[in-house]
Amino acid sequence: MLLNQFLLLAAALFCIGVYGVLARRNAVLVLMSVELILNAVNINFVAFGAFNRTVAGEVFGLFVIAVAAAEVGVGLAMVLLLYRNRKSIDLTEVDLMKG
Amino acid sequence: MNALLLANETAASAGWMLRNAWIIPFIPAMSFLLILLIGKRTPGKGHWIGIAAVSAAFVLSAIAGVQWIQHVNDAHHASGSEEQALSVGGGTLAAKTESPTAGAAPAEGESAAAEEEHVAVAPVRNSVTWYENEGTNVKVGTLVDGLSVMMLVVVTLISLLVHIYSTDYVHGDRRYTHYFAFLSLFTASMLTLVIAENTLMLLCAWELVGVCSFALIGHWWEEQPNSDAALKAFLTNRVGDMGLIIGVTILYFAAGKSFDIVKINEMANSGEIRQFLLLVASCCLIAAVASKSGQFILHTWLPDAMAGPTPVSALIHAATMVVAGVFMVARLYSVFFHGLTIPGSSINLLALVGAVTLIGGALLAFVQNDIKKVLAYSTISQLGYMVMALGVGAWTAAVFHLFTHAFFKACLFLGAGSVSHACHHSFDMKAEMGGLRKIMPRTFWTFVIATGALIGIFPLAGFWSKDEILAGTGGWPDTHGTGTYYAMLIMGMLGAALTAAYMTRVIYLTFFGQYRGHSHPHENGPRITIPLIILAVFAVGAGFLNLPPGVFGAGDAHHPTGWQERFGHYVEPVGKYFPDVVHATPSYLLAIVSSAIGLAGVAAAYAYYRKVETRSRAEGRKLTELPDGITTRSKPAKAFHTLLVNKYYLDHLYNNVIVAGIKGPIARAAYWFNQHGIDASVNAVGKGSVIGGKFLYTYFDQKVVDGAVNASGTLSSGVGEELRHIQTGKVQQYALLLFGGTTVLAGIFLILLTT
Amino acid sequence: MLAALLAQANPTGDGLFVAQNIAFGVIAAVMLVSAWRVVTTKNVVHAALYLVIVLAGVAAQFLLLGAEFIGVTQVLVYIGAVIVLFLFGIMLTRAKLGEDDTVAREHRLMAALVGVLLFGVMAWAVVDDYSDTHVDIVSPNTTAMVSDAIFSQYLIPFEVVSMLLLAALIGAIVVARKD
Repeated sequence: MLLNQFLLLAAALFCIGVYGVLARRNAVLVLMSVELILNAVNINFVAFGAFNRTVAGEVFGLFVIAVAAAEVGVGLAMVLLLYRNRKSIDLTEVDLMKG
Repeated sequence: MNALLLANETAASAGWMLRNAWIIPFIPAMSFLLILLIGKRTPGKGHWIGIAAVSAAFVLSAIAGVQWIQHVNDAHHASGSEEQALSVGGGTLAAKTESPTAGAAPAEGESAAAEEEHVAVAPVRNSVTWYENEGTNVKVGTLVDGLSVMMLVVVTLISLLVHIYSTDYVHGDRRYTHYFAFLSLFTASMLTLVIAENTLMLLCAWELVGVCSFALIGHWWEEQPNSDAALKAFLTNRVGDMGLIIGVTILYFAAGKSFDIVKINEMANSGEIRQFLLLVASCCLIAAVASKSGQFILHTWLPDAMAGPTPVSALIHAATMVVAGVFMVARLYSVFFHGLTIPGSSINLLALVGAVTLIGGALLAFVQNDIKKVLAYSTISQLGYMVMALGVGAWTAAVFHLFTHAFFKACLFLGAGSVSHACHHSFDMKAEMGGLRKIMPRTFWTFVIATGALIGIFPLAGFWSKDEILAGTGGWPDTHGTGTYYAMLIMGMLGAALTAAYMTRVIYLTFFGQYRGHSHPHENGPRITIPLIILAVFAVGAGFLNLPPGVFGAGDAHHPTGWQERFGHYVEPVGKYFPDVVHATPSYLLAIVSSAIGLAGVAAAYAYYRKVETRSRAEGRKLTELPDGITTRSKPAKAFHTLLVNKYYLDHLYNNVIVAGIKGPIARAAYWFNQHGIDASVNAVGKGSVIGGKFLYTYFDQKVVDGAVNASGTLSSGVGEELRHIQTGKVQQYALLLFGGTTVLAGIFLILLTT
Repeated sequence: MLAALLAQANPTGDGLFVAQNIAFGVIAAVMLVSAWRVVTTKNVVHAALYLVIVLAGVAAQFLLLGAEFIGVTQVLVYIGAVIVLFLFGIMLTRAKLGEDDTVAREHRLMAALVGVLLFGVMAWAVVDDYSDTHVDIVSPNTTAMVSDAIFSQYLIPFEVVSMLLLAALIGAIVVARKD
């Protein structure tokens, strides 16, 4: 197998995730897109780990999974708070920082 | 050499307390945590925790003191027997070689007794590795020698008295518990400072005492002037701290990557560090001394720091923290000694700073009506004495003055606090005081004794220490100091006269004449007066610890006996980590002259206030000064008075010239960057969007490119307006810009790397 | 495990690589299509279900790369826990189940442009550096190897992660609770 095929797959997933983060209005969907980004990173970690014949890639992938779980927990809590305060989770309506 | 080896051996068997001196700061540190955690829930709101901790620290410090004396004696006994066995010719065993300037003085092979004074006594060290990296080994530990032990005893004793005093003085305060917590933290930090083994620890403790000072000055932060004063103290100290950090860094690299104080001193002494490096390092460190110890021109925070509670002023801003700078110089003395070539030159930066501060501070004390501010300027002036003494090479005199000053100045501050506690918490001598002599006899007498000590009246503590400093300048005939500093001698004497005069003014305005306030003053309770009495006793007695040789007993200039030079004997380090200072020979004539000058100052001020008194009786109103005094008659005097009232315009210089001067250009630079830098980037984004594609062009058209065209065409104010539109507050647009920018940058890097 | 089995069956044969490549291609195609649906579908619940497919695909890729433990963890943590969390999030915020994504057209175009540019840059970098680099899975990383690494070399990061999870737990409760 070529290392490239994994890296390109990861890059594609990453960019799809970026598109999701930028284009979706629903906060939950934005969080899902962030998961796509994180998974793309994980594929890179594991692919390079396999390429270098070390478990380091796998270990860091595990750390990323743990961090992602934490991120989803806090992120969804924030979305809930947002929903409770504004009865909407549309990110385009959240613009208190408007200059 | 044998003596040195033996001394090192005895260091290993030195007293337990000396080896485990870390316990002493550890106790108040624990007390700080305890008071913070449970203080509010304990009966009495936690002051007893602090008092118990500081008492314990004091007892342990006293034990350490006794063990240190034992340690020095052991070293002397050991070397004494060795000396007799090994050296017949005498003088060969001197761990301390004769300094070049000493050649003129007692050249004829100092006799065995004087030789005994020069037995090297190794400091007791105990350290553990904090962290280790390749080539860098940073330790934490304790370095205990005479100087540390002396400071331990002084700090814990005064801290204990201030704790006791505070239980009455700040009784019922809303942050009573926090107050005691910070007193504990301060005590712990100060004790860490004095036993610090390396410059890094010294720096940390230095910052810690600064933080405590900040917190305690701003103890009553609800009032704007208090929090302003706290901020001023903190910020002014930052200026000096930069000097400290740079100086410590220079010394770290100069000493071959070591923070070790003893090693730095030894290398400075042996010439392994180039003199130029030492000069630069000591100049940087002088900035730190100037800020922490209130030396000209960074002294301006100290009088304002009087906004804090009076016991804090006594502890932190008179007796202990402000001498941290003096302590640091004394600790790294080899660096200053060789860096500034103290024995060779007739003037150096350190002595000059000290002498200018000594006179400048004393003059300012005359125009203050706030009793604490007079004392603050007096502290500045006395710190000037110490720094000057270090600058002229009179190490022992400086440290001894530090020791005696701690007692009588703490006594004066606590006395001022006692007066104010009785008088509606006002410190204004002219408006609220006068005639308190009969009402508050205990405060009055302790205040007078401490004043006497400050002025240097025989035989109070200040007399001995001040006289040693004056002799130490080497300017007086036949005193044979380390160097020969005539200017410092004259300024020191002038300072003595000024000190006498302004202190007489304070006493007259506070305790004599008629009461001018509107409350009903009364003597304070024992928790306030007993610390005063104890400090007054020290103000009388502390001077006897270091009688000049040949006074009160047998012995002559080179054969101290009994109590003579005991302080110097036990406190002054002897060894390779301390430079070869020359002890000045005391001079009776100098003592008489300086006393006479002091008394003349008292007499002048007394005569003036007699006149005021007579005038006051004649006109039947309460007077605090002559209505047609010299300042109203003479233009130069008036101008000088205005200069003093405005504190040499230093605050104006800092606030209006320096700060405004820096603030303006920075603001303008930021504005320029805003107008040009951001403008340019907006332009770049605009152009990039044109290249990016047609739809990008339409997207940015109304917002960025248009704005950029406007901006380059007319005024850049339009850009600010346009930039505002990018700040939509919508996170996804921000994220878009972020990802877009990152992509562009990554692309640029890629092109640069692949081609 | 699939990779491991195949590797054992035929350590040097080309047939193995063909099989692996086919597996990779199929899984990758499914993943990309599903990922695209995640970010474009108008139904939030569907998006979550498509996300399940992507995550399962990632797990399969991990197995292909001989990383068993992380593949299993991926299934357990992501599909088992994170997705459920998302579904709860969708439920609690009562997002409309029908069409709700009406981001302005130019906004979506901008996002797509950034995505495509980003992919271009990354693909270029990757192709430039690793165009003929092979990954040879000689032996899969066993769970024992991973645990050895975590509990020796990476012990401190591991402990830090546990602290992070604790902080996130407390933070999530503090942020989300009603009072």
